[in-house]
Amino acid sequence: MTGVPPPELRSQIRSFILGYTGQPELADDRDIFTSRLVNSLFAMQLVLFVENQLGVTVADADLDLDNFNSVEAITSFVERKRRGDAGR
Amino acid sequence: MEIGWLLTEAQRRARGEFAAFVETQVVPYADDWDRQEAIPAGFVADLAGRGYLGGLVPAEHGGPGLDQITFGLLSEALGTGCAAARSVLTVHGMVIRAISRWGTAPQRDEWLGRLAAGSTVAGFALTEPGAGSDAAAIAATARRDGTGFVLDGVKRWVTYGRRATLFLVFARLAGRDAAFLVERDRPGLVVAPIDGLLGARASMLAELRFQHCRVPAAALVGRPGFGLSTVAADALELGRYSVAWGCVGLAQACLDATVRYTGQREQFGTRLSGQPLVQRMVADMVTGVAAARLLCYQAGRLREAGAPESVPATWVAKYFAADRAFRTARDAVQCHGAAGCSDAHPVQRHFRDAKVMEIIEGSTELQQTVIAGSAYRLRPDRAGAA
Repeated sequence: MTGVPPPELRSQIRSFILGYTGQPELADDRDIFTSRLVNSLFAMQLVLFVENQLGVTVADADLDLDNFNSVEAITSFVERKRRGDAGR
Repeated sequence: MEIGWLLTEAQRRARGEFAAFVETQVVPYADDWDRQEAIPAGFVADLAGRGYLGGLVPAEHGGPGLDQITFGLLSEALGTGCAAARSVLTVHGMVIRAISRWGTAPQRDEWLGRLAAGSTVAGFALTEPGAGSDAAAIAATARRDGTGFVLDGVKRWVTYGRRATLFLVFARLAGRDAAFLVERDRPGLVVAPIDGLLGARASMLAELRFQHCRVPAAALVGRPGFGLSTVAADALELGRYSVAWGCVGLAQACLDATVRYTGQREQFGTRLSGQPLVQRMVADMVTGVAAARLLCYQAGRLREAGAPESVPATWVAKYFAADRAFRTARDAVQCHGAAGCSDAHPVQRHFRDAKVMEIIEGSTELQQTVIAGSAYRLRPDRAGAA
């Protein structure tokens, strides 16, 4: 999982969110929380997805909406974590 | 339905130990605890001493680090004997989960060992007079003050609150939801017992009143803005999972009692077990218990794997198990007749406890709304659209 290149990673994240919302498409920069595309119940599923499907650990210091509010944000967060960058 | 064939050897062994413990240390006393509206402190200490109460504390912090299935089996076993005792295990586990998962390293070092040993017993303080299912409506506040925080507000229906020595408290910090660890002896915290409950009467509920209650900066768990959506939600998932298994245990106890009673009781010259209408109720009990147990097992396997699907699976399991627990308890009372209305038979206690299970850790109506909402989001005509 950890070797997935960015375009595929982005696609994987987009598919997961679309799988929850049932929507046909999703812009990578769309804020999924403020646009009410997902609700707070989705947050834990997203964390579990990032940890278990994408192979990075979400620590308490990573709890920042800017890390999770769009496909682009999640992709960047996962890439940073894979490089070993701590937090934002 | 027997699920032994799905369990590992260690899980089967643990289940046998749990059953023996509940049979000797819970079942003979649970009706008295219910009448007294209290669980003896010695029992909770025993629960801790056996490694059950702090079962979820990871091994590196001195706990047994039970896997999710084994923790579920423990919840089921306690559920067969006493819903209140199971409730204490549940909320203690929820706080362990919150600290293990979202706490800082110093918080884990400070608390997990104590929670494993039972020298600290924890309570979960989310609900308020104006915020039940709508947790986002919490009005308790926290404000920064010097190097720490000051808490104000009221928390209600805190399980084991009368005796717990550590509370995970949720409050608004500058408008954002946040979680705090608050020791019982903090000045500014008053604990008021709540009596006269319908069910789970021995769970020793309390109301917590915070009035300028000062806590250090190190009390904050997780980041502000994630107290509800992450720290509370994660803990509540565990709570829901434990309650679901507890409901399976409660329903199993009702089924066993009903089979025993109707197999002996004679009316109109024949045993009740020979009456088709009684058999229908027993058949529904057997089917409901079996299905609920399998849903709980499925949720447990998904939780153990850390799969995102564990979240909806746990909602379904809790909804179904609570619904079946109540139906089973209702029919158990019916099959016992007048005897079932007497406190000489535990089915009346299970019946009252089962009603509570339909309300706590997500009411039945909330579960229905979420489950149905998911079905509509993922309706068949949208399949493949992604």
